[in-house]
Amino acid sequence: MSDATLSSAAATAPARSPSRARGESPVVQFVLIAVSLAFLLLFLLLPLVTVFIEAAAKGWEAYRAAITEPDALAAIRLTLLVAAIAVPFNIVVGIAAAWAVAKFEFPGKNLLISLIDLPFSVSPVISGLVFVLLFGAQGYLGPWLQANDLKIVFALPGLILATVFVTFPFVARELIPHMQSLGSSDEEAALTLGASPWRVFFSVTLPNVKWSLFYGVLLCNARAMGEFGAVAVVSGKIRGLTNTMPLHIEILYNEYMGAAAFAVASLLAGLALVTLVLKTLLEWHYGDVIAASRRH
Amino acid sequence: MTAATTTFRWRESSILPGFGLAFGIAVTALSLIVLIPLAALFLKAASAGPADIWAVATSPRTLAALKLSFTAALVAALVNAVFGLILAWVLVRYEFPGRRLIDAAVDLPFALPTAVAGISLAAIYAPNGWVGSLLAPLAFKLTIPFTDLSFGFDGKVAYTPLGVMVALIFIGLPFVVRTVQPVLEELQSDVEEAAALLGASRVRTIFRVILPPVLPALMTGFVLAFARAVGEYGSVIFIAGNVPMISEIAPLLIVIRLEQFDYAGAAVVATMMLLISFALILAGNLIQARARRRFGDV
Amino acid sequence: MTRPVYSRLLRAGLVLGAFTLCFGVVAGARAQTELLNVSYDPTRELYREINAAFIAEWNAKNPDKKISTIRQSHGGSGAQARTVIDGLNADVVTLALAGDIDAVAERSKKLPLDWQKRLPHNSSPYTSTIVFLVRKGNPKAIKDWGDLVKPGVQIITPNPKTSGGARWNYLAAWAYAEKAFNKDEAKVRDYIGKLLANVPVLDTGARGATTTFTQRGIGDVFLSWENEAFLALKEFGADKFDIVVPSLSILAEPPVALVDANVDAKKTREQAQAYLDFLYTPKGQAIIARNFYRPRNPEAADSKDVANFPKVELVTIDDVFGGWKKAQPTHFGDGGTFDQLYKPAR
Repeated sequence: MSDATLSSAAATAPARSPSRARGESPVVQFVLIAVSLAFLLLFLLLPLVTVFIEAAAKGWEAYRAAITEPDALAAIRLTLLVAAIAVPFNIVVGIAAAWAVAKFEFPGKNLLISLIDLPFSVSPVISGLVFVLLFGAQGYLGPWLQANDLKIVFALPGLILATVFVTFPFVARELIPHMQSLGSSDEEAALTLGASPWRVFFSVTLPNVKWSLFYGVLLCNARAMGEFGAVAVVSGKIRGLTNTMPLHIEILYNEYMGAAAFAVASLLAGLALVTLVLKTLLEWHYGDVIAASRRH
Repeated sequence: MTAATTTFRWRESSILPGFGLAFGIAVTALSLIVLIPLAALFLKAASAGPADIWAVATSPRTLAALKLSFTAALVAALVNAVFGLILAWVLVRYEFPGRRLIDAAVDLPFALPTAVAGISLAAIYAPNGWVGSLLAPLAFKLTIPFTDLSFGFDGKVAYTPLGVMVALIFIGLPFVVRTVQPVLEELQSDVEEAAALLGASRVRTIFRVILPPVLPALMTGFVLAFARAVGEYGSVIFIAGNVPMISEIAPLLIVIRLEQFDYAGAAVVATMMLLISFALILAGNLIQARARRRFGDV
Repeated sequence: MTRPVYSRLLRAGLVLGAFTLCFGVVAGARAQTELLNVSYDPTRELYREINAAFIAEWNAKNPDKKISTIRQSHGGSGAQARTVIDGLNADVVTLALAGDIDAVAERSKKLPLDWQKRLPHNSSPYTSTIVFLVRKGNPKAIKDWGDLVKPGVQIITPNPKTSGGARWNYLAAWAYAEKAFNKDEAKVRDYIGKLLANVPVLDTGARGATTTFTQRGIGDVFLSWENEAFLALKEFGADKFDIVVPSLSILAEPPVALVDANVDAKKTREQAQAYLDFLYTPKGQAIIARNFYRPRNPEAADSKDVANFPKVELVTIDDVFGGWKKAQPTHFGDGGTFDQLYKPAR
């Protein structure tokens, strides 16, 4: 998958029209479309709709009260804070990894790519567990941390670590194939013309990959704000202190406040919808580039 | 690529700067965030001693949980492969009202938090939920021969292994669609037309001309959906029922072991999960590489 | 080549990130007296009320040592003990059973092993018991423990491995069987095995099990904390469920304890001690009874609340099982009776 991919994607994009569908009879087409729609409805759309219906079950006042209650606000703040730290961190690391992998040849490159992908196939629960084993009071570094009065698990650093772990591959995964397909000639030309390295990076490389970067950031952010399993293990679930939004939803759900739980959930679902809208707009305008970058 | 093997050089010379910085950041972050913590996991698992590791690893409950996690993930990934392929086909090839909306909706599981998905799936598929109440009258008994997983449907989805599968189908779908879609988009229609002109039936064209180049991407999507599904926790626990030996997934067993203060036991189960999924992913990649060699990189 | 807008955006983003980080650290460092109570699943409503009452009383008496907040953390009793062992900074632990606090004491060494002797009544300011919650009209005619093993009866109980309440459930059933079968161990085990075979869903915590039974409509009978059963009636309406009181049940003593090492490090011993003592005061006992827990001192509570509690023959864990230190490994440890007898139908 190289430059050829990109150009062929661009070439066939206009062909996405009904004329290509001459293969199947209208009946088969209809059946396939119906099957797809039914499948999506059953597995994707119903859960989303349920969130909003249940959230609205007790009316606007109850909804407003549920999302402005102090513990809910604290959970929202914490979720935003964790994402505000974890996402930029992953952007920096993702760009660095993509730069090293896409622009240079070195032994063990494939290993590095596989290792970057690793957290993706690790259960979220294990992602939380490893930090408890490392930093918990009974963990390998626990006694040292306690002696120095440092808190990692059951506090903000633990939440951030678990979130960074879970979202680690997202930015790099989007950037690496895209930067690989672009090659280095633009940068080399700019350097030859006398631009400083940082200038080359900010003026040539970043603009070239901005949309796949943005796409990676969107997915990274959605996952960072929505992560449950990993965060549940390291949070300690202190209300108003170490409860993120997904954990707060679980707590409300467990307190027979279903409507309130779904009200907070609707905020996250709303975030999901905004993410999807942004992503879709992006694809409509820059579809070819992104389609090419997605192939990995 | 071969420069590294002939004369060992740390990297191929390039006039681009910043390798040291970029490589340093990537490797440092990777080590601190991913590798060292995972090493702690292996260390903890090893600290249990061979006898305890064996006892935990071979206990019926561990095996049942691992079996459920992997079979449910496998079934969900298969379902996703089939429907994801159809969905991708429909999205790429057909024009119908709402196509772009549907296209956008496919990514929902990427964006919707798993706990939210779990709660609403449980609400929908519970016996008194919207879909669950419709399914209840459809109970039938059908045991598939040569499997000990009973696939007889007693009208219940939530709180059974089927519920686990529903949640896993939900989270895995976009992986298949999003890997297959671009390949379908790139397929040159002239090959199909040539096949049709040469007299191949539509079905034959699909299986001999269209599917082979899509296969590697489908495999990738399948492996991704599978890998994600095996470890999934947030969406599953709400709908699974969590009955040991029946609907208890391996990640939950890790949590339960942890809650019994059995850190080493939790680490052993976690390590087993990791090793099995790596082996499967590796196998998937090998099969895929062979498929690519056979059908060419499209 | 003009520098694109978004590289400035990126920088602004980094600055913003750094700012929020600093803000977070500063906000975390504010000096205030806060207590953290790590508790089990069903006590959410109880401690919400207790905390408000205690803070009001304490701050009125000690204007110079005001408590700003009492933070709560809830979950399965075992899970909560685990987080304290792993370093959660709890000032007090208020768990479902003594065994879990024993584990905290043994593993974290943050409180003495004889912690249970430090407060009156085995450090349990209230007791509770296990009752049956059935669907309105009791369609399966469940009257006593013996009815639970009838074929076709579906029982909801949480997982004894993770839920304190479920351990009380299990031991209550065991105590009944010992009495009914005259301590014939084979018959007791047979009974428990049949009972467990009737359980279709095994949630990890008491609250999850309540939700499964009440909101998802699964099961015919829910083995429940007495307070959870009353709360379910209150939340979902008395027209949906009935409480059935079995002929014999177990006296559950959910204990409370100060985590010495934590309160000394945080310099909150005085407040935390007063907080636990408050549970034993008439005011605390009245709140306890109002939340459907059996007060140690019924005279202090509203007589209407006390009248809610049915009379039932209660056995204690010390009498029948020789205490938690013995019951825990025998029944719930790896390879204990639960592991031996739990063979779910396929």
